[in-house]
Amino acid sequence: MADFLQFLFSGITVGATYALVGLGFAIIYNASHVINFAQGEFVMLGGMSAVFLMHLGLPLPAVIPLAVVATMAVGVALEKLAIEPARNASVVTLIIITIGASIFLRGSAEVIWGRSFHSMAPFTGSEPIDIGGAALLPQSLWVLGGTIVAVVALKWFFGRTRTGKAMQASAFNPYAARLVGIDQRFILMLSFALSGLFGAVAGILIAPISLTYSGVGVMLGLKGFCAAILGGMGNPFGAIMGGLLLGISEAMTAGYISSAYKDAVAFLIILLVLFFLPSGLFGKRRTERV
Amino acid sequence: MTLLQVDDMSKAFGANQVIEGLSFGVSPGAIHSIIGPNGAGKTTLFNLITGIYRADRGRVLFDGRDVTALQPHELAKCGISRTFQNLQVFLNMSALENVMAGMHLHSDHRFWPSLFHLPMITRRDRELAEEARRLMAFVNLEDYLDAHASAMPYGALKRLEIARALATKSKLMLLDEPAAGLNPSETRAIDGLIQKIAESGVTVILVEHDMRLVMGVSDHILVLEGGRKLAEGTAGEIRHNPDVVAAYLGESARKQ
Amino acid sequence: MSFWNSSRSGGLVALALVIALLPLTFPNTYFFNVAILIGLNAIVCIGLNLLIGYAGQISLGHAGFFGLGAYVAAILSSNHGVPPLAALLLAALLVGVLAFAVARPIMRLKGHYLAMGTLGLGIIIAIVLNQEVGLTGGPDGMPVDSFSLLGWQPYGDRIWYWIVGVLLLATVWLALNLIDSPVGRALRALHGSEVAAAAAGINVVRFKVLVFVTSAILASLAGSIFAFYTGFITPGEANFFHSLELVAMVVLGGLASIYGALIGAAILTILPQLLTVFHDYEMMMLGLIMMLVMIFMRKGLVPTLANLLWRRGS
Ligand SMILES: Nc1ncnc2c1ncn2[C@@H]1O[C@H](COP(=O)(O)OP(=O)(O)O)[C@@H](O)[C@H]1O
Ligand SMILES: [Mg+2]
Repeated sequence: MADFLQFLFSGITVGATYALVGLGFAIIYNASHVINFAQGEFVMLGGMSAVFLMHLGLPLPAVIPLAVVATMAVGVALEKLAIEPARNASVVTLIIITIGASIFLRGSAEVIWGRSFHSMAPFTGSEPIDIGGAALLPQSLWVLGGTIVAVVALKWFFGRTRTGKAMQASAFNPYAARLVGIDQRFILMLSFALSGLFGAVAGILIAPISLTYSGVGVMLGLKGFCAAILGGMGNPFGAIMGGLLLGISEAMTAGYISSAYKDAVAFLIILLVLFFLPSGLFGKRRTERV
Repeated sequence: MTLLQVDDMSKAFGANQVIEGLSFGVSPGAIHSIIGPNGAGKTTLFNLITGIYRADRGRVLFDGRDVTALQPHELAKCGISRTFQNLQVFLNMSALENVMAGMHLHSDHRFWPSLFHLPMITRRDRELAEEARRLMAFVNLEDYLDAHASAMPYGALKRLEIARALATKSKLMLLDEPAAGLNPSETRAIDGLIQKIAESGVTVILVEHDMRLVMGVSDHILVLEGGRKLAEGTAGEIRHNPDVVAAYLGESARKQ
Repeated sequence: MSFWNSSRSGGLVALALVIALLPLTFPNTYFFNVAILIGLNAIVCIGLNLLIGYAGQISLGHAGFFGLGAYVAAILSSNHGVPPLAALLLAALLVGVLAFAVARPIMRLKGHYLAMGTLGLGIIIAIVLNQEVGLTGGPDGMPVDSFSLLGWQPYGDRIWYWIVGVLLLATVWLALNLIDSPVGRALRALHGSEVAAAAAGINVVRFKVLVFVTSAILASLAGSIFAFYTGFITPGEANFFHSLELVAMVVLGGLASIYGALIGAAILTILPQLLTVFHDYEMMMLGLIMMLVMIFMRKGLVPTLANLLWRRGS
């Protein structure tokens, strides 16, 4: 039982980061039908810049917003400089552009911060809390709390604000949204800013638990993509469920079966789901219109 | 003897019952039209007959054979061809290749001989290309023999789809709004083309909004409303059917 | 038709000449080495272009087939004494069977779901190669006995250059044949419109499976030859980044262009070698170049340049 709880805690912690990354995929996909393979790099940038700012001696409450804003700025720059000039290009072309961006960002991070691994101090102590015999790191609570805040904020943004509603509307029907005067270019830019935000938050929250380095975004990005697909691409709240599901299955596999194949779990699940439910767990089953 | 028999067919998308308990027969060698307001379920009916959608209930018999659960390519092999309301031209090919792709069933498409370009493959392909040129001439596309599909105007693409459907050498051809978006003179040309196709022995089911065209060419008309049969008969009968006049013709007459 | 045939043989003759004359310009064996890698990548990319460019089905997992081809051939020949050529063919058979088994469910997926499915498949293969240490040597890689056929051993980069050159020429020829045949037409048709292709009697699933398996087998063959040529392989050959590299080569050179796949393979194989002079900036530059080319030449190099020349000419 204690084992189970332990695996569950670590699963939920990792799953929450997958969820945040998946959320970024879903938001950009909704706004542009682009799959942003540089999504994982946002996580890396958030984590690395936080570590770097801490090194400069800044206090945590200043580090977090600065690192988040810096990553959002990268997101916006990516959209303005690389995605927008190539709008209307084919899906594969756009995929290659975002892959190029991902390589570029990773390369830049290596130039700026080197290739070594960095650790970051936990936000509030490293003394584990004992729950039913399992140790829960305080940082895990931060990860979970941060994710919940992010999701609630997003829900509020989509449901209550004009801009958020416009974003939802244009994901649902871009043509109609244009007719009622919603600025697609602004929506697109916003979507990259938002996924930069969620990526950075994930990167900062997880940095004290797992080491951060220039290549940390690769696997996280792919798992986040899994989460987004599992949830049914373009369904932000499905991506959250998908992320948690993947994180927990991974931790359980690592705990009970084999840690060697931990990384394969997410992909195995996604293959099985796609084979039997070709539009994800929470995606709408639609008959394609002809 | 009926060529196509649809029995008690139903189809819903979620809560939207699009086709409901529809039955009708199509006798060979004639032009049958299906008319009805937008959203009546005409295109859905075509998609059901050609296997693109799966019916919730009902049966389709073609040439005396139950073809209800067949895949689209199997139905093509049985002898059913079609065009699409929203153009489905292969824009990544030349016009001629579009028509040749329509001859797939009559081509030698075995993998190994194709891989090594054995003489039998190239010979058969030359014959097909020749036939495709004839078909393009048949639909009055001789000006586009060397054109790439992506460079052709809309009206020509409409006819290219018809040529591609003809290329399958089907017994039954379903035409979904072949005149939509065409100007009056182009529409008249399509009118003549449909009659030419019917004369060549292909049974035609036509979905069209242009009432002059429909009333002029059809041997038989089925009126669909809300997925159900509203009326059925010859052009004359339909024109004077009070239900149809009220529900459909009246409406379009008002619009004009 | 005769025009196409003549332009095709013209291209093949030109390619044969380039392959034959290129070594005259090589100052040392390092150049042979790079040329061989280009040839092997090009073989994979030609298969991949049949799948992505012609049939319109993306795959982000083909390095998995390349890696599997390399490892199966290596393990069979080095650890089990299977003659290298037989090992290579068995590997191709095995990869073909695997690709065939997964092709039906995978090829049912569309767009981004297909990208995810193929990506997942490739990553799972890479993870297996990494983890089955007893069989593959794990992340450290494994040595491969050199190739031999009836006592003859191709030794040195020069001989391998000719072997790969001939295989590349054959691959280009076969791919051009296939494209310009009813099979190729069916593939392009299902790319243009799946419903219309089906309505024309094309068994869409069958042709998707066919092209998926064909491209997987080409990747496997190239992988096996790579293993015999380099004599040492690591699971890196199968990883996600290599899959992306392969797709990038195809797209960079030009979708639906056989020679484009070749040019793309050449550029993305040479570029990292050139960029090593930038040391730490190498990766940054690679990413930047990929982005710039795709932004300014969306259709890829060969189609874009061909278009330009065409316009100049007329
Ligand atoms: N793939 C689909 N998914 C959901 N609803 C559909 C689909 N295809 C058609 N419909 C619905 O079915 C109804 C009939 O459409 P359609 O057959 O296109 O009508 P028509 O061709 O007579 O204008 C419409 O309400 C349409 O919205
Ligand atoms: Mg319709």
